[in-house]
Amino acid sequence: MLKRAPIVLLIITVLIPAQAGASVEAVQQNLNVVWTIMAATLVFLMQAGFALLEAGLTRAKNAANIIMKNLMDFAVGSVAFFALGFGLMFGESNGFFGTTLFGLSGTSGDSWIYTFLMFQTVFAAAAATIVSGAMAERTKFVSYLLFSAVITGLIYPIYGSWAWGSLMDGNGWLENLPTGPFMDFAGSTVVHSIGGWLALSGAIVLGPRLGKYGRGGQVFAIPGHNIPLAALGVFILWFGWFGFNAGSTTVGDGSIGRIVVMTNLSAAAGALAATFTAWVAFGKPDVTMALNGALGGLVAITAPCATVTPMGALWIGLLAGTLVVVSVTFIDRTLKIDDPVGAVSVHGVCGLWGTLACGLFNAESQLQIGAASTGLLYGGGFNQLISQLIGAGTAFVWAFGLGMLLFTILKHTIGLRVSESEEIQGLDIGEHGMESYAGFQIFIAE
Amino acid sequence: MKLIIAIIQPQELTPIKEALVHKNIFRFTISNALGQGAEIAIHEVYRGIAHDMKLLKKVRLEIAVNDEFVDQAVDAICSVARTADGTGRGKIFVLPIEQCIRIRTGETGAEAIG
Repeated sequence: MLKRAPIVLLIITVLIPAQAGASVEAVQQNLNVVWTIMAATLVFLMQAGFALLEAGLTRAKNAANIIMKNLMDFAVGSVAFFALGFGLMFGESNGFFGTTLFGLSGTSGDSWIYTFLMFQTVFAAAAATIVSGAMAERTKFVSYLLFSAVITGLIYPIYGSWAWGSLMDGNGWLENLPTGPFMDFAGSTVVHSIGGWLALSGAIVLGPRLGKYGRGGQVFAIPGHNIPLAALGVFILWFGWFGFNAGSTTVGDGSIGRIVVMTNLSAAAGALAATFTAWVAFGKPDVTMALNGALGGLVAITAPCATVTPMGALWIGLLAGTLVVVSVTFIDRTLKIDDPVGAVSVHGVCGLWGTLACGLFNAESQLQIGAASTGLLYGGGFNQLISQLIGAGTAFVWAFGLGMLLFTILKHTIGLRVSESEEIQGLDIGEHGMESYAGFQIFIAE
Repeated sequence: MKLIIAIIQPQELTPIKEALVHKNIFRFTISNALGQGAEIAIHEVYRGIAHDMKLLKKVRLEIAVNDEFVDQAVDAICSVARTADGTGRGKIFVLPIEQCIRIRTGETGAEAIG
């Protein structure tokens, strides 16, 4: 062995320059995996954020049911998206949806596909869990599990394949529009509007909670039982959103910092705008509206976060925060659709706004990330805006239409809504046979 | 033997308790209560929808006393509860007691109350 040592040393010396050359690429690839998986875990935590937000904004008698829905739609969604959804969304496309990669077929070794599947799974579950809030306090648990599987296994991924298919093996028609590719960087439409429009159809088919609207058309408040819990949910969502948006690069490079800044500016502007809109409209700065406003800003910046300037992000957030308050009031009082947490306004309406905002505020040239800006306000003309309208309009027709169909079928087969007596007693006891706050009482006082 | 039932503001419970103890009245029962009196309802707005909270939080104080302690107990409660301004100072009801039994010893009447 000793005799061979110089030869070995010689080989190593010769190989070092070659290895150093290859390792830059390898390090970048590994960094991409590390960043994308870390971002996926941040987005996973958003599931907890949704759970707490929805539990806090509804009544104590339904809190365990809300938690269970947010836990189980992730469980159902993880399996459904792995087995079916991922292939439909990212497999080789037949023009309408993907046809390969079901259950990760053909994947081996340390393929990038594992990382990418994990990141996309948490996105699919986010779309499903949005629906939970709008349908809170009255939906049958077994029906919820079923439609969560349909959303993550079929409805979400097929639309997703049209907009995002080429991120893997697919190729969607929205990516090849004559006016330029539909642009939705992290999913204002693909994730949030799809979830929001499904939530709208669910709330319509389900009908309002008992006691929400009077016979004479009066609108009653049903206050949430734990505002600090709802606020913690929003803090967690805001935190997770840095992964949602900046992780959508799936690349560890300098754009992460820029995207995080745009995300944060829009969220802050959304919270500010909603607070002051509610202050002027209702006389006091409503806490729940401020929470919705921050989320509205986050949802709206999700599509344009990689292509707008800080000033653009601020405007997008300000409009989203104002829009949330107007939309919640309009849906609640004028349309008389009962959405206990404002999911339709936050995800559907602000998702639509953020998607269209790409066509207005995209400033690729100013940011020096592209040759020409595509935003109307930055001299890009109307083409991008038209593409955005086509993409967002298609999402509404697809998600709202299929949602109405799905929920109506469920209503007339296994039933969508719990009985009146169960709704009054609470879904914790009716659906799960337990209470969220058993034994919660004060035994001593000063 | 009389049963004194007083409906008071929760924040006045501690000083009223001290005033009662000062008059050698140590035994009473407290319960949380909701009530609607002459006070103005609290106006709340939740997500833009106004609603009035008319049932306000009160404390219900029950004291069983022998006849000679009735005036002292009433004085003790009023000395605290009347000092604040405005409506919502509370009410005191005095009822006769037919019988009183101390469960541990089987004593009855005035002995059992004291």
